[in-house]
Amino acid sequence: MANVFTRVGDWVTERAPGLMPAYRKHMTEYYAPKNFNLWYYFGSLALVVLVNQIVTGIFLTMNYKTSAAEAFNSVEYIMRDVEWGWLIRYMHSTGASLFFVVVFLHMFRGLMYGSYHKPRELVWLLGMLIFLALMAEAFMGYVLPWGNMSFWGAKVIISLFGTIPVIGGSLVEWIMGDYLPADATLNRFFALHVIALPIVLLLLVVLHLAALHEVGSNNPDGVDVKHGPKGNRWDPKAPTDGIPFHPYYTVKDTFGVGFFLIIAAFIIFFAPTFGGWFLEHDNFLPANNLVTPTHIKPSWYFTPFYAILRMIPSFFGTAFWGVLGMFGAIALLFLLPWIDAGKVRSIRYRGTGFRVALLTFAGSFIGLALVGAGVVGEKLVEWVPSDATFWENTFGRVMTALYFGYFVFLWFYTRLGWEKTKPVPERVVFDHD
Amino acid sequence: MTKRQSPMKKAIYSFALAIGLLVGVTSTASAQEAQLPAAGTNIRDQASLQRGAKLFFNYCVGCHSLKYVRYSRLAEDLGLSEDEVMKNLNFTGAKFGDAITSRMPEDLAQQYFGKAPPDLSLEVRSKEQGPDWVFNYLNSFYLDPSRPVGWNNAVFPNASMPNPLWELQGLQTAVKKDGSDEVEKLELSQPGKLTPAQFQQATRDLTAFLEWASEPAALQRQHYGIWVLLFLAGFTFLAYLLKKEYWRDVH
Repeated sequence: MANVFTRVGDWVTERAPGLMPAYRKHMTEYYAPKNFNLWYYFGSLALVVLVNQIVTGIFLTMNYKTSAAEAFNSVEYIMRDVEWGWLIRYMHSTGASLFFVVVFLHMFRGLMYGSYHKPRELVWLLGMLIFLALMAEAFMGYVLPWGNMSFWGAKVIISLFGTIPVIGGSLVEWIMGDYLPADATLNRFFALHVIALPIVLLLLVVLHLAALHEVGSNNPDGVDVKHGPKGNRWDPKAPTDGIPFHPYYTVKDTFGVGFFLIIAAFIIFFAPTFGGWFLEHDNFLPANNLVTPTHIKPSWYFTPFYAILRMIPSFFGTAFWGVLGMFGAIALLFLLPWIDAGKVRSIRYRGTGFRVALLTFAGSFIGLALVGAGVVGEKLVEWVPSDATFWENTFGRVMTALYFGYFVFLWFYTRLGWEKTKPVPERVVFDHD
Repeated sequence: MTKRQSPMKKAIYSFALAIGLLVGVTSTASAQEAQLPAAGTNIRDQASLQRGAKLFFNYCVGCHSLKYVRYSRLAEDLGLSEDEVMKNLNFTGAKFGDAITSRMPEDLAQQYFGKAPPDLSLEVRSKEQGPDWVFNYLNSFYLDPSRPVGWNNAVFPNASMPNPLWELQGLQTAVKKDGSDEVEKLELSQPGKLTPAQFQQATRDLTAFLEWASEPAALQRQHYGIWVLLFLAGFTFLAYLLKKEYWRDVH
């Protein structure tokens, strides 16, 4: 038997001599720093969720009907009549939300440990492009069940483009292919959701990993293991503080995946709507252009950006500024490697100002999410019924200012010599237990 | 060098944190509307579902369909035989594998109520407070001569639906708050066939039936969920041991 495997292996190697070197470069001879902590699980988890979305998505398309007349019925058909259809659908819908959970945490890890600093700018930029593509993918997927929130969510989000001066109105019609979200809209969103964007996402993920493996992984200490001492058990030229990705991080990530799946399975089997956050109540009603849901709000993962849109008031007779603010909030993240001129990467050795600013930034993001989801507004209606809107706007605008303030602060903080960093160790800190 | 926490400890902490977030977020979501008294339904109680189905087919199906539920699925999930379902619950001559439709033609319904009575397959799921809303709605009809059909509802003001269960419940009248149109409480002005406690149980059964109808898969997912979680817990524990074994030589 072993002989057969060897012969097949030799046969392939003879015809594709680059295969084994590529495997070694990315797996057994990719030396990752040995001091990864909890925050370093989320990259591999994002990959697991991506695979889940593709596989469950394929099975969903086998029974989903792409038409405004049939889409809603076909989703209920999947939920009730297709063997294991409910499981596949819940895996897909829960996966969509968990995708954003792990991606937000993965991005926050990058902010904490300065993973966007030179020489990893390209890794960061490709990651940000993945985030953009993911948002488009999630938005279009959300429209497909053709529930009432799908319809009104699509209407509100597409209308944003209508605020663009001069071309806005015709752009909105061009996107929808109709005067309202309709059959044409549903069909094109389906095409983009199941073919175009997944291809873009997969390509970007490959490039993100390729770019990472060129420069090597950062770590919680922000010290480049490549610049440290050389030589380990596997290779005299490899970094001493690096360990082969396979098997060390593959087994470690397997543990992480198991842990993550426990949480995912708990949601899928016992709380698939997650109290209306993962699957909204209004989306169990079919799309109806005559009945508006009580609260039109986007899925939770868009709420921080939606809040920025709502909180920025109109000037000069146009609401375009809010749209600009919303996209600006994402654009600034792209520019982070050039905004942050700090010499030290990791939060462990950066100045107190940075720590406070990053915590404030994270707080403002959560605050904005609560505003965008309407939670703040509803609480305020209970507490201060007469001035609820005033206080919601005040709170939301302070949060918006803090969000953008992070980038402004970081620019001056790292350029005017305000940052008092701590001494960075020569090598990564590692305790084995 | 400071001693950091072990991975297992970290894992436990993060799990606790995740559960905390889950609970926190879910409770915020449900606090968005004025909380109605709990329905106290249990879709795993098959007898309750059967009583609910009986009420549904006696009092509701005349106007409301359950177009995503098939008679065959009803029989299977409620522990009824094909004969029982086809003889006692099927009034439209539909086949066993057909969906449950109403006998009322939609154009007539439109004429009677101004709006066709909605399909109830997803009624419970489409409400923010789910079964609690449906249960309280069914208990909150009162006489209101100012409304076209003579009925109003304290949970859903100005609903166009008359109380289909009035024979069972009796007639309720509203006590309004002084100088306002807001309903303070409902009083039973004429008793029905059932006592108030019996009627609450009947509407609880009916609500449970509609809750099952809105997601029949709930029975399956809860059944399989336990085994999936147990398997994953075992898998994760083995993965942890494997990781520990591999990482012994990393210093």
